[in-house]
Amino acid sequence: MLHEIIIAGFGGQGILSMGQLLTYAGMIENKEVAWLPSYGPEMRGGTANCAVTVSDIPISSPVVSEPTAVIIMNKPSLIKFEPMVKPDGFILVNSSLVDQKVKRPDIKVYEIPANEIAEEMGNSRVAGNIMLGALQELTGVVSIDSMEETLKKVLPPHKHNLIPVNRQALEKGAEFVRSK
Amino acid sequence: MSKILMKGNEAFGEAAVLAGCKYFFGYPITPQSELPHYMAKRLPEVGGVFLQAESEIAAINMVYGAAGAGARVMTSSSGPGISLKMEGVSYLAGAELPAVLVNVVRGGPGLGNIAPAQSDYFQATKGGGHGDYRLIVLAPSSVQEIVDLTAKAFDLADQYMNPVMLLADGILGQMMEPVELKDIKPNIPAKPWAVNGMKGRAYRNLIVSVHIVAEDNEKFNLTLQAKYDKIFQNEVLYENYKMDDAEFVMVAYGSSARLAKGAVDKAREKGLKVGLIRPITLWPFPSERLAEAATTAKAFLTVEMSLGQMVEDVRLAVNGVKPVYLYTRTGGMVPVVKDIVVELEKIVQGGGK
Repeated sequence: MLHEIIIAGFGGQGILSMGQLLTYAGMIENKEVAWLPSYGPEMRGGTANCAVTVSDIPISSPVVSEPTAVIIMNKPSLIKFEPMVKPDGFILVNSSLVDQKVKRPDIKVYEIPANEIAEEMGNSRVAGNIMLGALQELTGVVSIDSMEETLKKVLPPHKHNLIPVNRQALEKGAEFVRSK
Repeated sequence: MSKILMKGNEAFGEAAVLAGCKYFFGYPITPQSELPHYMAKRLPEVGGVFLQAESEIAAINMVYGAAGAGARVMTSSSGPGISLKMEGVSYLAGAELPAVLVNVVRGGPGLGNIAPAQSDYFQATKGGGHGDYRLIVLAPSSVQEIVDLTAKAFDLADQYMNPVMLLADGILGQMMEPVELKDIKPNIPAKPWAVNGMKGRAYRNLIVSVHIVAEDNEKFNLTLQAKYDKIFQNEVLYENYKMDDAEFVMVAYGSSARLAKGAVDKAREKGLKVGLIRPITLWPFPSERLAEAATTAKAFLTVEMSLGQMVEDVRLAVNGVKPVYLYTRTGGMVPVVKDIVVELEKIVQGGGK
């Protein structure tokens, strides 16, 4: 199975970290993985995106031109990446931040009010993980357990108290799309 | 040892440190700045020195000094900065000093942009600096290979007393992949020629690149030629990918080679007998392997992120025996696998460029 995922939004939303979380979790599952950031003259508040490839066989191109799934965290990213999604692919839109509708009829659209869900949980900073949880539920790219395992490995010990709320956010995202 | 996730730029740094590199002199430029950044943190941990020089020209001359003192030393930059370093590279080659240079290539010419490119191939393999000299040029195509070839680069530099360049691009520098930092050990030979103080030594060491009498300089150049011949005989590296029954042979290095592999797989799904020869050493170039492939292949397709630079070496190797076609994107644009497949189909049908 070849997952070619693009995560896109504003700089500062944790876009690159979300991609790294997926990539690391894929590595833990012994899959072939690659992570490639957009590295133009970006800044906080500007646009940022990264490409994550998770595959059972060696990855030829780390550059994703026809993503199997995209996570959209702002409107400019929707405009940029909607046309690129592979037919039958997934587009997950954070509808708390994007008011525009997806126009293409040939892709699977999920509107997820990630910031609202995060605020209900009392922590608006976990919106990204709500999106990742939804992606995981829809595509099975990596398991929630592997993502939790990743957080244990990459976060310094004094931040391990944040792991439960992050796991909860992943589960909330998965739950949201399951109920759709 | 378990795998860790690393950025290409950081992998250059860590592999260098494991290979015994204690000194790094550089100046920041995108898309390679994570490498000096990494070294700034890492080298003090091993008792080394990281120094951000006032310019690229200063940095390369600091490399000359450290190499002359017998240390394993590295510098890195991207296109415009490498151009500034070229005078120093020629001096390193002329003084026969071992050093490792990294070029994480970006779109050119001039200031160009910071997107990935392979348009510094000529500069790396054909000179760039003045005089009759050769750089050993290694072209990794994954983060793991960055680790492996960086360690090898230091060994080759010491073995042949020659600067070695690692030629990557913005994709390889910026991407993260799992790597194993296998058992890299610093195999540093004795350097009795080093200019590091007399310390009871009876003879005086002197490192220069000046041979003011033409006869002497010709003789010196001929010794360089003998060394380059030896490198050419012993150090050529390449990868064959699905070449056993290949009728159409792609030639690509670095990031382009990954895309070409994707194209080989896609083309094979369509029943086309396509293979890839991936040069790992760009100098010495695997000319003999290509000449051999030309006896059985119907045609070649070179894929590059430039206007077509390596294709000249491919054509020299194939020597007119079979047609050599070219597919490129340039200026920081990256080829797309399906476009390469379209080009292959055209060639199979007899309509390539």
